[in-house]
Amino acid sequence: MRFLLDTEQRAFADSLRAMLAAADTPAVVRRWSHGEHARGRALWQRVADAGVFALAVPEEYGGLGPHPVELAVAFVELGRCAVPGPLVETVAAAVLLGEGAPARRFLPGLAAGGTLATVAAPGGYALDGDAARLHLASTTEGLMLSPGPGPVRSSLDPARRLTPLTPGGELLVPDPPWARALAWARLATAAQALGVGLALLDRTVAYVRQRTQFGVPVGSFQAVKHRLADAVIALEFARPLVFGAALSLRPADVAAAKLKACEAAYTTARTALQLHGAIGYTAEYDLSLWLTKARALRTAWGTPEECREAVLGDADDG
Amino acid sequence: MDLTHAPADEEFRAEARAWLAAHVPRAPLPSLETAEGFAAHRAWEAELAADRWSVVSWPEEYGGRGAGLLRWLVFEEEYWAAGAPGRVGQNGISLLAPTLFDHGTAEQRARVLPPMATGEVVWAQAWSEPEAGSDLAALTSRAVRAAGGWLLSGRKTWSSRAAFADRAFGLFRSEPGAPRPHQGLTYLMFDLRAPGVTVRPIGRLDGRPAFAELFLDEVFVPDEDVIGEPGQGWRIAMSTAGNERGLTLRSPGRFLASAARLRELWRAAGRPREARGRVADALVGARAYQLFTYAAACRFLQGASLGPESSLNKVFWSEYDLALHETALDLLGAGGESADTDWAEGYVFALAGPIYAGTNEIQRDIVAERLLGLPKGRR
Ligand SMILES: Cc1cc2nc3c(=O)[nH]c(=O)nc-3n(C[C@H](O)[C@H](O)[C@H](O)COP(=O)(O)OP(=O)(O)OC[C@H]3O[C@@H](n4cnc5c(N)ncnc54)[C@H](O)[C@@H]3O)c2cc1C
Repeated sequence: MRFLLDTEQRAFADSLRAMLAAADTPAVVRRWSHGEHARGRALWQRVADAGVFALAVPEEYGGLGPHPVELAVAFVELGRCAVPGPLVETVAAAVLLGEGAPARRFLPGLAAGGTLATVAAPGGYALDGDAARLHLASTTEGLMLSPGPGPVRSSLDPARRLTPLTPGGELLVPDPPWARALAWARLATAAQALGVGLALLDRTVAYVRQRTQFGVPVGSFQAVKHRLADAVIALEFARPLVFGAALSLRPADVAAAKLKACEAAYTTARTALQLHGAIGYTAEYDLSLWLTKARALRTAWGTPEECREAVLGDADDG
Repeated sequence: MDLTHAPADEEFRAEARAWLAAHVPRAPLPSLETAEGFAAHRAWEAELAADRWSVVSWPEEYGGRGAGLLRWLVFEEEYWAAGAPGRVGQNGISLLAPTLFDHGTAEQRARVLPPMATGEVVWAQAWSEPEAGSDLAALTSRAVRAAGGWLLSGRKTWSSRAAFADRAFGLFRSEPGAPRPHQGLTYLMFDLRAPGVTVRPIGRLDGRPAFAELFLDEVFVPDEDVIGEPGQGWRIAMSTAGNERGLTLRSPGRFLASAARLRELWRAAGRPREARGRVADALVGARAYQLFTYAAACRFLQGASLGPESSLNKVFWSEYDLALHETALDLLGAGGESADTDWAEGYVFALAGPIYAGTNEIQRDIVAERLLGLPKGRR
């Protein structure tokens, strides 16, 4: 038992964090929201060069993986810096493409960063289809290579561009490993949400220390302190669930991690907005980039109720 | 990163499980907040101790097995999963013993610990006073120098299990003129049956005498019952408080077992939809607490100190415990009113969780100021 990140894993997190912090992600996110993808793609390439997508791709197809713990480490940092794009979807695509011919055809590009992939569940939309090169649709026939995205619909999170996929296309995998892909997607979403929550907490702590009212920092008021204490408690108890899920990848464990991490991020978002007052409610202030993402991640790849169902479902067998 | 136990720890688990399967009483013991239940629990402590299962983490010379923190967590998982009784010796084992390991003398350890391990001497914590609850440093009970020892006078209150316990440990003001309230306090052990001690049991919400008020009138305590240096009581007591909130007071094993029982209760009630989410949350919460504790234990074993983390822990388990029991009572429907169930007893106990061991308001202040670095405000 050594339930702690090792030196290499921590160094990986630190170097990603430094790289992303230097990339002025708020500016990248704002352009992405308007469908201007050039800076986002450049950032994507750097994320891929750091090995992030390769963690979900087996070595024989040009990857380094599978390494779910390192993937979780990376997604915490991607969430912390609000990196836009179909990040989780690209991981899900890597798992869905499985082995053999489709894997040989697409996985090297996913791992290396040349290909952004997106995935639509039956009846659902795909994220950022306008930016993605590879459009996968999960249908009753199997995993299809869709001809492309339909028109963009806006999301509560302006940086998430929702696109239905055009039906038809080539059948890639008749019987794709959907359960496995869902586990990886939920793990990555949980880690991303944890990162979003940690960023919201840090920004809010910094804000309430410097914003003064009644002649003192608002962070010295007990009502303010207690809301932030509750936020950090929620986040710090979600964190071990995320890494425990990365170690086991059991459906109940990833569902629990997704549930808790997304709830913690959402609670923190509500607190962050409240404690910033009106400035927090404006689109021009950068906090909004994390606030809206916390809400969107809550229902992406499994609503709270679906995750609770998975927790109980697994428990029923055990 | 790894969540598997060493083979030797798994062997230890198997040994504990086998012993518990053979010894755990078939019928639950009566509530330990009654005279009869207290005696039954004392006998259970003796049975545990006879095979050295009562204090597994202590060194062997005092009746333990020298088990490390991870192995202690394994033991606790097995203990509660087996449905074993609540621990009547808990105040002594999880609060006084760690203090004696850190600050006591060899003589005190040799004298105090073995009878604590067997349940022969059950300890009460005498910290709070009527005018000193959250603001513990406001305490006014006195320790006055006497030949070969000290004379204790004053009033302590809310002392858990003191209605039936044998001895107590607490803080007393020994230098009345000290410049700050945290200074000049002395940490002492005393006999609850010594001349000058009056114990007045207090009924908790359900009327059972779960705690007591202690009136002290020049109670003599010999020098060998002072823990650490006279006047240094605050520092010593605070290291004990860390234990109380931190790793050892509420082991994850207890909540894992309770969550599993809650799931059974939910199934037996026909899996009602409206409780589904709360039952799932109880399972998730127990797992989160287990993994948080393992991570904290691993950090601790690497030399980190726990500090304000133990306050995160305290708020989490106390709120978790209450939510879990509220869900159980709701699932029992009108039957939830019956006070004769384990769930009802657990519920009454859980109601106090956010109040004792430092109220959750005080813990949130600690988290905000020491962990997040927010400015101190007016209290
Ligand atoms: C079941 C039970 C068992 C106990 N066992 C023991 C025991 O064995 N030994 C022992 O010594 N004591 C014991 N206690 C006492 C316990 O430690 C105290 O109740 C606790 O410290 C709170 O003190 P108080 O009850 O005087 O509340 P108060 O301090 O009077 O507080 C009342 C309320 O005001 C709030 N409050 C106070 N100060 C602040 C502040 N600065 N900011 C925000 N809110 C504040 C509190 O959080 C609380 O909600 C026990 C209590 C219970 C309920």
